[in-house]
Amino acid sequence: MILAVDILLLAVAILLAVKAIQTKDLIESIILFSGYSFILAVIWFELNSVDVSFTEAAVGAGVSTILLVAVVSLTLRHEEEETKSPIRSYLAILACIVFFAILAVGVPDMPKIGDPNAPHHQHVVPRYIEKSYEETGVENIVTAILANYRGYDTLGEVTVIFTAGISVILLIRRVWE
Amino acid sequence: MKTDVGKVDGKENGTQTRKAIKRGIILRTNAIFMVPFILLWGLYVLTHGSSGPGGGFQAGVVLAAGVILYAVVFGLDRAKRDFPIKVMLLIASIGVSIYAWVGLFALFFGGNYLEYGALPIGHEPAESSELGIEMVEIGIGLTVMAIMLSIFYDFAHGRD
Repeated sequence: MILAVDILLLAVAILLAVKAIQTKDLIESIILFSGYSFILAVIWFELNSVDVSFTEAAVGAGVSTILLVAVVSLTLRHEEEETKSPIRSYLAILACIVFFAILAVGVPDMPKIGDPNAPHHQHVVPRYIEKSYEETGVENIVTAILANYRGYDTLGEVTVIFTAGISVILLIRRVWE
Repeated sequence: MKTDVGKVDGKENGTQTRKAIKRGIILRTNAIFMVPFILLWGLYVLTHGSSGPGGGFQAGVVLAAGVILYAVVFGLDRAKRDFPIKVMLLIASIGVSIYAWVGLFALFFGGNYLEYGALPIGHEPAESSELGIEMVEIGIGLTVMAIMLSIFYDFAHGRD
């Protein structure tokens, strides 16, 4: 946790996100988002959540990028210029400022990272850390929670992915077959 | 090696650029080395989800990424020949079934649904649980890989 590195990473992430929204070239936007995901993966790694970081790097920076590129190949590459009324953009800026202010008020009350007395470390976390190895037999607590303690949720997730694949087949493959 | 990237411009450059990529010798030579290692890494993550970071979901995505790299570099037809769509659908169904049936077997042997400790595959509940979790992870990995590939094939169809 080096402060300068954190600030640099967050700055690059924000820069990439802003550029990705601004550009009119969709491929460029997708590649910028891929870089954004990769920076986020590094930030997750810095926060010691290796599993999340791995998922972000594999899904966010890897497969979703190539799937989006494939989607863009089905449509036009460039966004159309649209004329927006200035009032709408001012309203959007105002909404962003208000939302940021609400978040900024909440942030100082958040517990420090890794604080053992934080509320979310008091509920079920001690049980998982103390008992998960003898109860489930796996060393990785994240896997123990995902596959065992929250097995129903993971089954639901797999079913969702399966359903998504079936939906794409029904919607797109039927067209070209 | 001569490619025709420079010639194409305008709206129609999509297909021709892709053909140029297919012919690119640097990409092809790199992919020959990278694809086996990506697939091996995916299998490693799949089987070591219980003792290290990662698990079925990440492994499935890594495996799919390896095959997608193969498809992008060597052409969709060749990828579809080696990893056929119908087989992918079968694998996806098998993956979900593995998960659901492991849960159901726990029910048959006197536990709750998805209570791996009740499975008669280990000497003690923790060992059964570990083996059950690994089976489930393999199910997740198979489904995720097959569905990602299936979606990629559908989106990339006819744009080789």
